[in-house]
Amino acid sequence: MMTKIPRLLTAALVAGVLSLAAPCAHAAWTLNMTPGISAMSREIYALHMLMFWWCVGIAIVVFAFMIYSMVHFRKSKGAVADQHFLHSNRIEIIWTLVPVLILISMAVPAARVLVQTEDPVATELSIRVTGYQWKWGYEYMDTGVTILSTLSRDSNQARQLGSGIDPNTVPNYLLSVDHPLVVPAGVKVRVLITAQDVIHSWWVPALAIKKDAIPGFINEAWFNIDADKTGTYRGQCAELCGRDHGFMPIVLEVKSKADFDQWLKQQRDALKQPPDATTETSTPTTTSQAGSPNARPSAG
Amino acid sequence: MANTAHSAADHSEHEHKPHGFWNRWLTTTNHKDIGTLYLVFSCIMFFIGGSFAMLIRAELFKPGLQFLDPALFNTMTTMHALVMIFGAVMPAFVGLANWMIPMQIGAPDMALPRMNNFSFWILPFAFTLLLSTLFVPGGGPAGGWTMYPPLSLQTGSALPLMIFAIHLMGASSILGAINVIVTIMNMRAPGMTLLRMPLFVWTWLITAYLLIAAMPVLAGAVTMLLTDHFFGTSFFNAAGGGDPVMFQHIFWFFGHPEVYIMILPAFGIVSEIIPTFSGKPLFGYDAMVYATASIAFLSFIVWAHHMFTVGMPLSSELFFMLSTMLISIPTGVKVFNWSTTMWRGSVSFEPPMLWALAFLFLFTIGGFSGLMLAIAPADFQYQDTYFVVAHFHYVLVTGAIFAIMGAVYYWLPKWTGHMYSMKLAKWHFWLSAVFVNVLFFPQHFLGLAGMPRRVPDYAVQFTDWNMVSSIGGFGFGLAQFLFPYLIWQCARGGAQATSKVWGESAHGLEWELPSPAPYHSWAEAPSMATLDHGVPVHGAGADH
Repeated sequence: MMTKIPRLLTAALVAGVLSLAAPCAHAAWTLNMTPGISAMSREIYALHMLMFWWCVGIAIVVFAFMIYSMVHFRKSKGAVADQHFLHSNRIEIIWTLVPVLILISMAVPAARVLVQTEDPVATELSIRVTGYQWKWGYEYMDTGVTILSTLSRDSNQARQLGSGIDPNTVPNYLLSVDHPLVVPAGVKVRVLITAQDVIHSWWVPALAIKKDAIPGFINEAWFNIDADKTGTYRGQCAELCGRDHGFMPIVLEVKSKADFDQWLKQQRDALKQPPDATTETSTPTTTSQAGSPNARPSAG
Repeated sequence: MANTAHSAADHSEHEHKPHGFWNRWLTTTNHKDIGTLYLVFSCIMFFIGGSFAMLIRAELFKPGLQFLDPALFNTMTTMHALVMIFGAVMPAFVGLANWMIPMQIGAPDMALPRMNNFSFWILPFAFTLLLSTLFVPGGGPAGGWTMYPPLSLQTGSALPLMIFAIHLMGASSILGAINVIVTIMNMRAPGMTLLRMPLFVWTWLITAYLLIAAMPVLAGAVTMLLTDHFFGTSFFNAAGGGDPVMFQHIFWFFGHPEVYIMILPAFGIVSEIIPTFSGKPLFGYDAMVYATASIAFLSFIVWAHHMFTVGMPLSSELFFMLSTMLISIPTGVKVFNWSTTMWRGSVSFEPPMLWALAFLFLFTIGGFSGLMLAIAPADFQYQDTYFVVAHFHYVLVTGAIFAIMGAVYYWLPKWTGHMYSMKLAKWHFWLSAVFVNVLFFPQHFLGLAGMPRRVPDYAVQFTDWNMVSSIGGFGFGLAQFLFPYLIWQCARGGAQATSKVWGESAHGLEWELPSPAPYHSWAEAPSMATLDHGVPVHGAGADH
């Protein structure tokens, strides 16, 4: 998702601004946001691009005016200052009112999308997300299935100071975990986000969701991934949460609805086995209730 | 209104400078000496804060941990911010205010000179305290300059030291702000009505009110952290019935006006420089004053746009999104007025103007990313990423710092009586202007591609732009060494500066004084009647 080849136009524009050597085709020179894997994430991406092109348009007009003034009225060319051009009600009113109209044209779609993001009703599945220093806990509500998700072993070895391991040799360095969060595509899912110790922030760029995980409070968000967007998507904690803030990634494994239902059933069956039974069929999960913070519902 | 006769007489009895180093600098009550102290202090802090930034950029040059432990990395980002905000930018503006406000309004000194001395000498103690936390058990503060609990409450012995240091800085700022307000309100030369004041004085007057309103709020917030940690209160502890998000509301109620505290005086400086080098007075002077006041008012009702992801009610998110967008209107008015000042002018490109023009372009870029960040749903993607880092460095480095540089290059000949090396000044400018963009522009891409801020290490796909950014950082950092060298050279000698350093188009009372400005200036208040060109022409008679 983060290795998307940028839109050519944006690339050319940006390269011009930077006066850098032309960006090579190397996919890592990513310039732009991901459009994501849900209708909502595409709405937000569209909003971002709308704002971007407004800014580019205004920048062209304003910067052209500045550059023209600097070049055309330069002293070295013999320009003489017009001491009477100090004030003009008409143009001052224009450049106050025109921005108001532009702002309205931005605010209307922004407000519309914002209202949609705050609409976690009619969800079919609820997942509680709990941030810990420095890992994520997930609980599929009313099933007893829980997952504790920590940085994968090879990333964790490579990221130690003086490990001598080249991060480029580690697959998905810093963005892979031992047990990913498994979610269904084509289902409206509600996430209830909280934390056990300090404030974290659960961010999956492909979903355009970033919500703070706050101890003692529960935040809500929702997503509905396109049915055809199965696969693996990655995110990170986005709120400074201490020493290993940079090392608690989020990995989302998106399965089709049928595959997901089957997976969840397996997990539930595994839970019914006696605790001392071998669990080679189940993904290792934590069954401890450490994931249950002393949460009370948010007042707001 | 501007009854300055008796205070002027007090000072004119001792025209000579005090003898001896300690007498001159430790116990001084002279606004110029105190201004110099502030500026030198600010420059030292700029290099200390800058060295932290160099460590950050070196660590981020490539993926994998190079040489900083993650906890020390977090300390570096925290201390970089605290030192740059409270040690470099704010004292630089106070130093400029000390030097220039009395000279620009025709006053002999600041109104409260002993308090002036006190408010400066608090700062070295405050920063000794703050920087000493690097060596205490548990390490320096590593919870970010925003100090969000509960994380900040995990700080070791550094916590009370940091909080006390912040209290001292706040006290210093409040004292300085009171001095600015009292000086401007009481000591203007006869005839200098409010709407004839130079824009630098205007923006500082408004900034001073923001300081008095905002700094006590910060003091309250950090005191609550202190009592939560040491005295068993639960202001921010959910288990005790408190609310960690409340800290964020209180912090940003200080924090957003703080942003404008760091940019309004920069607006004032640019409003002084651009007219001088455009050969005509500022376009739309009244609108500039009203726009500044509007920005100051709006700064108090937009704070929660820093908190779009904390889970506020929809109505709050809508309100803070719309109020934030409104700020772009008065800010736009300012940019248009500066640009139009050059229109039909006679524009020349001496070093102060180069910095002001770079400010004009690059601050505007910071304004665009600010407008994008105001859009709450899009902010869900931008929040806490390098996009935000790029945004606030465009407004603070190419905004505030570039304006401060411009101010120094503008007034340095007036302070020292010598011209500086134009060649060196242009080198300093061009190296800074190029490298600062190499440093910060790629951070927009990193943020959009998904790199969070405040991380010591990153996934390999972020390598390329981080390398570019680090190279820009090292170049920008090295280029800054030209600055103190050039100032040192200029203080020691150089071509004699005339009283009107930049020619007849420089407006303002400071240019009526000889260069260097005498140790005690305006012992007698100047008469505005003889100074038609000393004020915005159309402003004359506006309110009498």
